[in-house]
Amino acid sequence: MAIQTLFGSLKDDEPRKPEQEEEALETSRGFFSRMKQAVTRTRENLSAQLDQALSFTRTVDESDLEDLEAILLTADIGLSTTTEIIDRLRERAKREGIESGAALKDLLKQEIKSILDDVQRVVRPPATPPEVILMVGVNGTGKTTTSGKLAAFFQSQNRSTLLCAADTFRAAAIEQLEVWSQRSGVPIVKTRQGGDPSAALFDALDAAKKRETQVVLVDTAGRLHTKAGLMAELDKMRRIAQKFVAGAPHQVFLVIDATTGQNGLQQARLFTESAGVTGIVLTKLDGTAKGGIVVAIAHELKLPVVFCGIGEKMEDLLQFDSAAFVEGLFS
Amino acid sequence: MFENLQEKLQRAFKNLRGQGTISEENITEALREIRLALLESDVNLNVTKDLIEHIREKAIGQQVATALSPTEQVIKIIHGELVELLGRDTARFKFASQPPSVILMAGLQGSGKTTTTGKLAQWLKKGGHRPMLVSVDVYRPAAREQLAVVAKSIGTQLYTGNIGADEAGTPLVLRLAKEAKRDAANFGCDILLVDTAGRLGIDEELMGEMSELKKLLNPSEILFVADAMTGQDAVNSAKAFHDRLGITGVVLTKMDGDARGGAALSIRQVTGAPVKFIGTGEKPDAFEPFHPDRIVSRIMGLGDIATLLERAEEKLDRGKAEAFAKKALAGDGFSLEDFRDQLRQIKKLGSMQSILKMLPSVGPFQGLQAAAGQVDESQFTRVEAIINSMTAKERLNHEIISGSRRKRIAAGSGTSVQEVNNLLRQYAQMRKMFKGMGAGGGKMQRRLMSQMGNMGRFGR
Repeated sequence: MAIQTLFGSLKDDEPRKPEQEEEALETSRGFFSRMKQAVTRTRENLSAQLDQALSFTRTVDESDLEDLEAILLTADIGLSTTTEIIDRLRERAKREGIESGAALKDLLKQEIKSILDDVQRVVRPPATPPEVILMVGVNGTGKTTTSGKLAAFFQSQNRSTLLCAADTFRAAAIEQLEVWSQRSGVPIVKTRQGGDPSAALFDALDAAKKRETQVVLVDTAGRLHTKAGLMAELDKMRRIAQKFVAGAPHQVFLVIDATTGQNGLQQARLFTESAGVTGIVLTKLDGTAKGGIVVAIAHELKLPVVFCGIGEKMEDLLQFDSAAFVEGLFS
Repeated sequence: MFENLQEKLQRAFKNLRGQGTISEENITEALREIRLALLESDVNLNVTKDLIEHIREKAIGQQVATALSPTEQVIKIIHGELVELLGRDTARFKFASQPPSVILMAGLQGSGKTTTTGKLAQWLKKGGHRPMLVSVDVYRPAAREQLAVVAKSIGTQLYTGNIGADEAGTPLVLRLAKEAKRDAANFGCDILLVDTAGRLGIDEELMGEMSELKKLLNPSEILFVADAMTGQDAVNSAKAFHDRLGITGVVLTKMDGDARGGAALSIRQVTGAPVKFIGTGEKPDAFEPFHPDRIVSRIMGLGDIATLLERAEEKLDRGKAEAFAKKALAGDGFSLEDFRDQLRQIKKLGSMQSILKMLPSVGPFQGLQAAAGQVDESQFTRVEAIINSMTAKERLNHEIISGSRRKRIAAGSGTSVQEVNNLLRQYAQMRKMFKGMGAGGGKMQRRLMSQMGNMGRFGR
């Protein structure tokens, strides 16, 4: 069995200490149920639609598949990924002689879950700290909030953490991160608004080295992926991190809002080009939005979802669990 | 803004353009393309379905208009449907009879309420108003500081108020709002912009707070701020806010990205509230009133083709145009006489520049819009003058136009022999090209539009 960990799923044969493993399982279960709860709440609609689509079926006919297609489209999974999933489902249903609606639903769950699982990868902290994590994304997806929550999360994992306020553009972004720093007790390195984000990054890395901090979380300014100049700035920050800490940034999290539609794919594509995205944080999953775009992103760009945000409180951040995500979609 | 939808529809229309008549079958094909395009643009699934049905109904069984091909008519129908959906006019802004007018900003987290509040204040200031800003977002860290920074940067009044030992919650929100309204009146500000905390439509408690704010402030506008990148959920959140508050308008933000903006259609459809403004950048003045007509044309990549088609329908003689095309493609080719006829027809539509500018910016017409600026209108008058100075015989048979005849024509038209030579050379080339197309049996671009493209070349 695979254990969901911070950075994806670890197989049983991965070398880990037994106590740790047990603990991870425990937390995993806790997170599992919380996440399921969070997603189920908003999925009732979807589920009712699905049941309606499937309950009276004996054989898989095209109209069933069409209904399923509509449901996936409404979840923002997008046309091309949806079409592929449905085509695969049709094939498998035929091959395996699946007739009942419930079995078809299970199959669909498997398909979506495997898309999400196949791209999960194991990421280990670097041998020599600090581990540098860059938070990127378009405006208003929740980068600062997520940075604040993530800092608290790492701290709770007994990894010393430092926040770097590199959003020097948006009004009061630094103050916002400072509040999070006070809440979690994670120290912060900042500059003034309008300052050079790269300078803030440099200062943070310098401080982290001196203090032997294990994780540096860098909150960057929101930017539209179409603005070449701003995207180049991210590239510059990457280079600075690399120059100062070998292998940095070790992770680059693209923060995507669950309400995002098909534009999310383009965001993931262009941020990966400029900033080398390694994983997605899916925020605002506590609303009515389904966040299906991450399925398309996993499918087309092979980027895993690492965390998800389900509220405004410090603990409203969960490690992504594909089973819970899919279960929430369909139960 | 809507480039992607633009391209897709353009492709769908291209297929449609190849066809002579609309059949149930070929329109289904095009409608499928349009459906894909709308879905990929984040137009809600149900809205898409409705839209497609309307288009189908209108397209099939319609009389074929005289100056338009059936395919052009379908384009016109889709254009009409989209404009209808978005509302025909740029929405106006309402003010209260008793100042200050209150504008309540509402929306999900991160949609851009605070930034938009600042931009709107700037826009109102330019219009001669004295806005005051207040943030009642007592929940998100540094939200109120953010508005304070924005207010300072654009030099607008701000009500800060004193939170004191009050707990973040609805009573505090209502107190701040009440004080701000009083303060606005005292300071002689005619508009109070109230920036609220981002909230989810399903958050009962915070939505309740919003209703109380509305009751307290009696706002003349409640603007729903929505992110242009929003997907299918746009209908849910818009509906939740509308049901609870009765929104009076929508501001679509982040329109400077490459989001397809289908949310605009969805939100309008479920709430009936017009999109009033769009945010187009990070600077305070990157903000403009929303023009449904222009945006729809952008969606479809049609330039202002609707106007052009309307004019064509009104002014052109379809029979004459077809006769010309037939003649140009076959046998002896078209004469200078025919050419002058065409020139005159086109002039009826307006200046060459205005025509080129109305053409689509993509597809076969790519680049023509940009070329519009370089068109020398007087060239067309000169070309016509040259042809006018020819004898009827010369116009029907250009080969007899010798050196001395050219000299006479140049003198008669007030041009130079060189210009006459140019015209004759270009005419010969064009005639040959048309005949070649006819002989090749290829899909001659018989359409009025492409004729005009060629004419444009002629004028140089």
